[in-house]
Amino acid sequence: MSDEFKIEIVNPEKYFLSKENVTEVVVPAFEGEMGILKDHISIISFLKPGIITVYSKSGEDKFYVEDGIVEFKNNNLSVLTSSIFNLKELEKSKLQDLLKEAEEESNNSEINDQSKYLVDQKIEVLKSLN
Amino acid sequence: MASLDDLKKRIASVKSTQKITKAMKMVAAAKLRKAQESAERGRPYSEKMNNIILNLSEGILDKDDAPKLLSGSGNDKIHLCVVMTSDRGLCGGFNSNIIKKAKSYFDKLSADKKDLKIITVGSKGNDQLKRVYGDKIIANISFKESKNANYFDADKVGKMVIEKFEAEEFDICVIFYNQFKNVITQIPKAQQIIPLNVKNSERDKSEDSYEFEPDEDEILNNLLPKNISTQIFKAMLENVASEQGSRMSAMDNATRNAGEMVDKLTIEYNRSRQAAITKELIEIISGAESL
Repeated sequence: MSDEFKIEIVNPEKYFLSKENVTEVVVPAFEGEMGILKDHISIISFLKPGIITVYSKSGEDKFYVEDGIVEFKNNNLSVLTSSIFNLKELEKSKLQDLLKEAEEESNNSEINDQSKYLVDQKIEVLKSLN
Repeated sequence: MASLDDLKKRIASVKSTQKITKAMKMVAAAKLRKAQESAERGRPYSEKMNNIILNLSEGILDKDDAPKLLSGSGNDKIHLCVVMTSDRGLCGGFNSNIIKKAKSYFDKLSADKKDLKIITVGSKGNDQLKRVYGDKIIANISFKESKNANYFDADKVGKMVIEKFEAEEFDICVIFYNQFKNVITQIPKAQQIIPLNVKNSERDKSEDSYEFEPDEDEILNNLLPKNISTQIFKAMLENVASEQGSRMSAMDNATRNAGEMVDKLTIEYNRSRQAAITKELIEIISGAESL
């Protein structure tokens, strides 16, 4: 029996990624990283800024996301996100821009605790990518 | 009867107008294809989003502490209408159709003695509405700078709507846009986005129970504002496709009408030219006879 399942990553503009044969996906869920294998229980969760790693027989792909929702049902993993970047295509300059934006937001004094937490997360992840 | 010179000038001017409308038609056709593609590509996102929310809301709708975006504020006194139109004209009945739809809704509201607030997206709608409903318009947003409809813009509108909802400035929010069916048919639509109408929507019948992480309330609270932006984005995409479709058929009509007019004017031109020649001949002949 194969241990592969299907993943779909959708952003508002298009299907970002659709793959039939992934073996494991690690998503940065809100309460910590979560690895998903085949026949995982149906789950809905949302994401914090981080890296989605998609493993398949042909190798692994990494994506940087800022927010989103994951739904896993019947061996079908859907990820809805409004901002996602493939790490292979993400250029250093773009990364710097994102980092600068996040830092500006973090220094904003009117920010509430929850978004502050998210922004700090974002900065941490972006820094680790640099 | 107009002189030959005048007719000649008119023919030339109609012809150059025809050239313009023809060019606009072709530009609209090219843009339409792109807009249609992006409208189709954008659909899975909003559909999936809707599905997840439906699955989530099933268990939570009857609870007292259901999120306000889902259950509403309890009243329905103040209605916020987001009227989405284009920034450019020359697109046939596109804008007027939305405005007509919106106005009939406004009339119904005032008959029911409800309060009305309007946000216009796109400058054309603002132009048409501000004459009558100028005092009701609380904001006007226009995306003239952005080339294509993008999620970032939609998110801005969505955040504004949510902000106003949380400040209890309105109870019900309805968006007006044109749904793209095909090039000749666009359907003006009114869609209620706050509170979300889950009862009438089609359900993805699944008996599966989900595991939630964190709990349902928190996910819903996070998801619902996003859904508003998503719905607005969907409306924007549909609108862009409709606008181009509408413009294309309007320009096609204009080109055809200009062609007819050129034909008619050419006939008139030839007739008067012949008449002038005949008149000259008669003058010459009768002049020769009198000698």
